Amino acid sequence: MKDVLLTIKTNKKIAKNTYEMVLVGDTEGIKAGAFVNLKLDGFFLRRPISVCEVEGDKLTLIYKVVGEGTEKMANMAAGEQLWTLTGLGNGYDLSKSGDRPLLVGGGAGVPPMYELCKELVAQGKKPAVILGFGGVDEIFYENEFKKLGADTYVTTVDGSYGTKGFVTDAFDKVDYTYVYTCGPEPMLKAVYNKSTTSGQYSFEERMGCGFGACMGCSCKTKYGNKRICKDGPVLEKEEIIW
Amino acid sequence: MVSLKTELCGIELDNPLIPASGTFGFGYEFAEIYDINCLGSFSFKGTTKDPRFGNPTPRIAECTNAMINSVGLQNPGVENVIKNELPKLRKCFHKPVMANVSGFSVDEYVYTVEMLDKEEGIGWFEVNVSCPNVHGGGMSFGTSPEAAAEVTRAVRKVTKKPLIIKLSPNVTDIVSIAKACEEAGADGISLINTLLGMKIDLKSKKPVIANKMGGFSGPAIKPVAIRMVYQVYDAVKIPIVGGGGVATAEDVIEMMLAGASAVEIGAQNLVDPMACPKIIADLPRVMEKYGIKNLKDIIGGAH
Repeated sequence: MKDVLLTIKTNKKIAKNTYEMVLVGDTEGIKAGAFVNLKLDGFFLRRPISVCEVEGDKLTLIYKVVGEGTEKMANMAAGEQLWTLTGLGNGYDLSKSGDRPLLVGGGAGVPPMYELCKELVAQGKKPAVILGFGGVDEIFYENEFKKLGADTYVTTVDGSYGTKGFVTDAFDKVDYTYVYTCGPEPMLKAVYNKSTTSGQYSFEERMGCGFGACMGCSCKTKYGNKRICKDGPVLEKEEIIW
Repeated sequence: MVSLKTELCGIELDNPLIPASGTFGFGYEFAEIYDINCLGSFSFKGTTKDPRFGNPTPRIAECTNAMINSVGLQNPGVENVIKNELPKLRKCFHKPVMANVSGFSVDEYVYTVEMLDKEEGIGWFEVNVSCPNVHGGGMSFGTSPEAAAEVTRAVRKVTKKPLIIKLSPNVTDIVSIAKACEEAGADGISLINTLLGMKIDLKSKKPVIANKMGGFSGPAIKPVAIRMVYQVYDAVKIPIVGGGGVATAEDVIEMMLAGASAVEIGAQNLVDPMACPKIIADLPRVMEKYGIKNLKDIIGGAH
C-alpha cells in the first residue's frame, strides 16, 4: 500500500451514468482485481474504485455515478490531481484459470474483468467474456474486450441489445474451465449457482479505510471472518457463505 | 529545539500521539507503510473475552467531516489475541502498548484484563465502558457513575498496571462519571469514545447502517471532545487521554491545552494511514508558531 498523487489525463462519459478516468503517475503494485482508494476534496472517507487497466504509468478507472462522491469525480478535469491509496485488495489469482476461463462482469463489475482479460490473453489463455447491463445505453467496453481477442457476449435485462436477460442466460453459449466474476451480489449468487466449475468472486462493501484497519467491511466465510478490503475483495467460490 | 515528550501515568512518551483503538488494528497493517515506533504508543483493537464477529454490514456511513461506524467490537477474543496478534504486534512495536478491553459483564472485563496482565509489552489498560451491560438491562456501563465505578473497582483488583477508563460521551454529566472512576481506583481517564449517531439514505429512505445507529467520529466531533476534556480536567487529579476528531498538529495542541496529557487519533488514521507520522513531523513547526517549547508545559493551559 502507498499513497500516491496521480494526475487526471482524461475523464469522460462512456455510457449512461458511467465514466472512464485515466490517471498517470506511480502505478507500482496495482494489479487485476485490486482497487484504489481516492481522496476527494470535501469528502471525509475515500472512494474505493476497482482497477480497470494498468499500463506503465497509466491507470484506467471506470466508475458509475451513484452518489455525491462519484458525481464530484465526474466533474473533474484533466490536470487535476488525486491522492490515491494503491496496492489495495488481494486481486485475482490467474494461476487457477485453466485454458478457457470465463469472465463474467455485471454493470460496475465489468471494469475489473478488463485488466484480468488482458493478462490472461497475454498468458496464452482463451478467455470467454459475458458482460451484463441493464439496457443498451449502459453498455461499455464490448469492443475493447473483442479487441483483446476474447469471445465476448453481452446480455441486457431489457433485451435492447444482445441476449435478453441476466449474465447467466448466456452461460449456455460457452464452455469454460474456471470462472472469474464481479458484479452486484444477486448476480454473483446467480453465477455461483449456475456455474459448474470453481471460480473467484469479487465482492463489494461499504468501507472505512480500505486497508484492513477498521473492520468496517467484514464478512463471514467458510475459512473464517474476512475483510473485503484486505483479505478480499476476491473470494474463492468454495469459501463463500451466502 | 522543542520537546514533544509527555508522560502518562508514570510512563514517558516520546510524543503524545496514540492511535485510538479500533482504527489501528494490532499495528502491523500500519507497520507495512511506516515505522510505528515513531508513535507515543497505540491502543490496540478492543478485545473481549470471547471472539466476536460484530454487527451486520453495512457498518460504515460517511457524514460531513465525519463518519459513523457500527463495527460492534469485532475481535478474535482474548485467547487468540494473546496467541496470534500480540506476537505480531511485538515484532513491529517495541514500546509499551495500550491494551483496550471491553466486556458485557463485570466478570468479562476482569477475565480479559487478568489474561492480558501477564503479557509482555503492555503499558496501560484502557477499559472501554461504552458496551452494554447484559446483566444490567443492556444499559452501557459508561452511562452511570455506579456502573463505571463497579467495573473500575473490579478490574483494579486484578492489575497493578496503570488503569485508564475510556468514557462514553453519550451521558448527561461526564464529570460525575469521571470522578466516580477516579474514586474507584482509576489511574487515568480517556475521552471521548464515539457519539451515538445515525444517517438516513434518501434513495432507500432507510438508515445506511444495518444496525441503524453507530458511533459518530471524525473532525466534526472535536468541539464536543475539547469541552469534555476541559470539564473533566477541572474535576479530577488523574491524567487524561484526550481524543475525538483530532486530525492535525494544531488539534493535538488544542486537546492538550484543554487538559490532555496524551492525545488519541482515531478516524483520521482511516482516511490517511500516514496521519500520525505527518502530525508528529508537523508538531515542532506549529509549536514554534505558538511559542511552545515543551508540550508537557501546556497540559491544561487553557484553564
